[in-house]
Amino acid sequence: MLRDITLGQYYPVDSFIHRLDPRTKLFGTMIFIISLFIADSWLSYGLATVFLVIAIGLSKVPVKFMLKGLKAVLVLLIISVSFNLFLTDGEVLFKFWIFKITREGIRVSLFMGMRLIFLIVGSSVMTLTTTPNALTDGLEKSLGFLKAVRIPVHEISMMMSIALRFIPILIEETDKIMKAQMARGADFESGNIIQKAKAMVPLLVPLFISAMRRATDLAMAMEARCYHGGDGRTKLKPLKYKREDILTYLYYLVYMSICIAVVFCF
Amino acid sequence: MQENVQDIQIEAKKLNFIYGEGTAFEQYALKDVSFKIRRGEFVGIIGHTGSGKSTLIQHLNGLIKSTSGELYFNGENIYAPKYDLRLLRQKVGLVFQYPEHQLFEVDVLSDVEFGPKNQKLSELEIEARAKESLALVGLDESFYKKSPFELSGGQKRRVAIAGVLAMNPEVLILDEPTAGLDPKGRDELFDEIIELKKKRDMTIILVSHSMEDVAKYVDRLLVMNKGELVLDGTPKEVFKQYKFLESIGLSAPGITYIVERLKKEGIDLGDDITTIEEARDAILKYIKRKDKNA
Amino acid sequence: MGIVKATKLIFDYITRDEADNVEDVKRAINNLNIDITQGDFVAVLGHNGSGKSTFAKHLNGILLPTEGTVFISDLNTANDETLLDLRKMVGMVFQNPDNQIIGNVVEEDVAFGPENIGIPTDEMWKRVDAALEAVGMTAYRYKSPNKLSGGQKQRVAIAGIMAMKPKCIVLDEPTAMLDPNGRKEVIKTVLELNKKENITVILITHYMEEVIEADRVIVMDEGKIVMDGTPKEVFSHVEELKKLRLDVPSTTELAYELKQAGLKLPDGILTLDELVDNLLPILK
Repeated sequence: MLRDITLGQYYPVDSFIHRLDPRTKLFGTMIFIISLFIADSWLSYGLATVFLVIAIGLSKVPVKFMLKGLKAVLVLLIISVSFNLFLTDGEVLFKFWIFKITREGIRVSLFMGMRLIFLIVGSSVMTLTTTPNALTDGLEKSLGFLKAVRIPVHEISMMMSIALRFIPILIEETDKIMKAQMARGADFESGNIIQKAKAMVPLLVPLFISAMRRATDLAMAMEARCYHGGDGRTKLKPLKYKREDILTYLYYLVYMSICIAVVFCF
Repeated sequence: MQENVQDIQIEAKKLNFIYGEGTAFEQYALKDVSFKIRRGEFVGIIGHTGSGKSTLIQHLNGLIKSTSGELYFNGENIYAPKYDLRLLRQKVGLVFQYPEHQLFEVDVLSDVEFGPKNQKLSELEIEARAKESLALVGLDESFYKKSPFELSGGQKRRVAIAGVLAMNPEVLILDEPTAGLDPKGRDELFDEIIELKKKRDMTIILVSHSMEDVAKYVDRLLVMNKGELVLDGTPKEVFKQYKFLESIGLSAPGITYIVERLKKEGIDLGDDITTIEEARDAILKYIKRKDKNA
Repeated sequence: MGIVKATKLIFDYITRDEADNVEDVKRAINNLNIDITQGDFVAVLGHNGSGKSTFAKHLNGILLPTEGTVFISDLNTANDETLLDLRKMVGMVFQNPDNQIIGNVVEEDVAFGPENIGIPTDEMWKRVDAALEAVGMTAYRYKSPNKLSGGQKQRVAIAGIMAMKPKCIVLDEPTAMLDPNGRKEVIKTVLELNKKENITVILITHYMEEVIEADRVIVMDEGKIVMDGTPKEVFSHVEELKKLRLDVPSTTELAYELKQAGLKLPDGILTLDELVDNLLPILK
């Protein structure tokens, strides 16, 4: 049952966005984020809104799922918006006790809020339409140039993909060890913070040992199957750009040009 | 055996357990399971993987709460609001599969002391219990200060079992205690369990995949299939239904097949043979009788 | 032709203390000689610590001999330059089904080996298809390995090796963690590969039912080979096997017990049919 937990938040439907190469989606997310950071006017934010709405529409993922990610950053969102709202100097519109709200404050805090929301929703579009595997593959391939500066891109992506496979197994194992220790009278719930932390030892030590054992086994199994790093490796499913991807890149180019034009001309 | 209320240690009444209730994945892990276990019985539970065996034994010490149904331990309803589940877990010791994976202390003795420590006993009592339990599983003083991680597979497992015994349970549940051990380790462990049962007069519940093992050791068998208790009887009664067992992905001990085959050839050795010794004796008796008649 | 040839093989497990001084030497393999014929199904028996797993790990260069040599075909396992060729030729299946699957999807895991040795994509798909078919797991190709049973995971692991087109598969207690049905499933698969594809199989186990159909059974104890022959020959020595604390199949054991009691039965009865055929004349 615990093994059914899926990581990431992939939403399995077939859509134009789902079919895109993961690199195209990664690049698109990057473009969108850049456009948010250079945006400084209502028109810029309007453009970003259009871009995001089109993406959400094409993805066929219910908006409800897109907004789920916002829950996690709600506190951050409220804090940064209110800081900007109350602490920006300028033409005072409203004042009570030590708080004052300025015209500039409203503008800055609204932009800030939109930027954060768009950032989260924008990345959700990518994670909801791309499997964690495809994402890892995409990262490995598009960051391949970093190999030149001795960053072990292949190794990092291999590690990510192995982690994806083993996290559900380790979650299940945690549950099992927890129950086994509870059968020996362990109590994971009551007590203060220090007692609780101490109660974790009988859980964490076996879990760590088990993870080590699995890692050793896995390393041996990988070696036995001729694994020797990324050199000379071929792929069962090599990433290949299709026509849709090229069209999408053209669309990015148009979007980015308009964004830059808006920033400079208005 | 006479039905005496005092004798009943565990009683399950229509236990149901449903995974993912109310979702599309809703699935019965236990369905209307009812049985009684008497004090001092040696009960085997068999069933193929996913038949609900593990879910059932986790109910018996309160690690999982049933969706519906009642469970009594020593006549008390364990689902009653004021029932102390932690006390139940001490009384019903559960040894999980591959129990050596739960070891965590720096030395063997401290690991075994973990259970009694949680029971908040006196230092003296804790140590006495731990030492006694280690002796019960055949580990002497030379092991006390060893790291549990240096031991062999079979030894680690015994430390883990001692860890449960140290809580002085009335019932000991073992989930596949011999999984992954070699024949030597398996035989030694079973010898110890038999010894344990004699010395402590415990109720033992053994979950096993090996029909040979259950045929050899247990007094009574519960057979699970798809969350239901489908057979309940002595090993001999259960293995008589070997065709039914096969239909639910199980089998009878190898000996049953030899006896059945001989029966088909016209040689009836009787139908309560499940071990090699019994088969040998029955065949020898058959020959003697034949020689007498001739 | 011999595929595996070990000569005067010795292996010591050496434990060192923090200062790198030798603390303890344990001889796991003690002067072992063996020659295995291509296409044979060889079962290796022995209790834990008999050296059987250590021997298995020598066959594809995971461990290297302390003394002596191991040759696979004409490759010395100690030769670093031919290590990849060696591992292409000898595949290994390990005990824990969870700890040897790398891919997040069955078909991607099967491709892991071929990817490592640089097989072109088109060829790789063919190999993956064929390997999945050979172990009967085609229907599960898009599944996550986490959703398979133990027996199915081991079959995926075997497929991953088949996709490398090996000459020899070494299985190191592949069924120790499986239930009886999973065990049967795996052994049936391995037997089929041995018969149909003429793959040499070296099966390390302590379940006797699994060795009955082997061409050759080797019993190890204290790092040495103590018995070597057909299953019939090896199981004729029930006394010796018991002394080594090994099981014998229940048919063999019953025949042995009856023989001890004075019945005239041949040695090394393995199957139910044999036992019944030999018993009927006595009983009727």
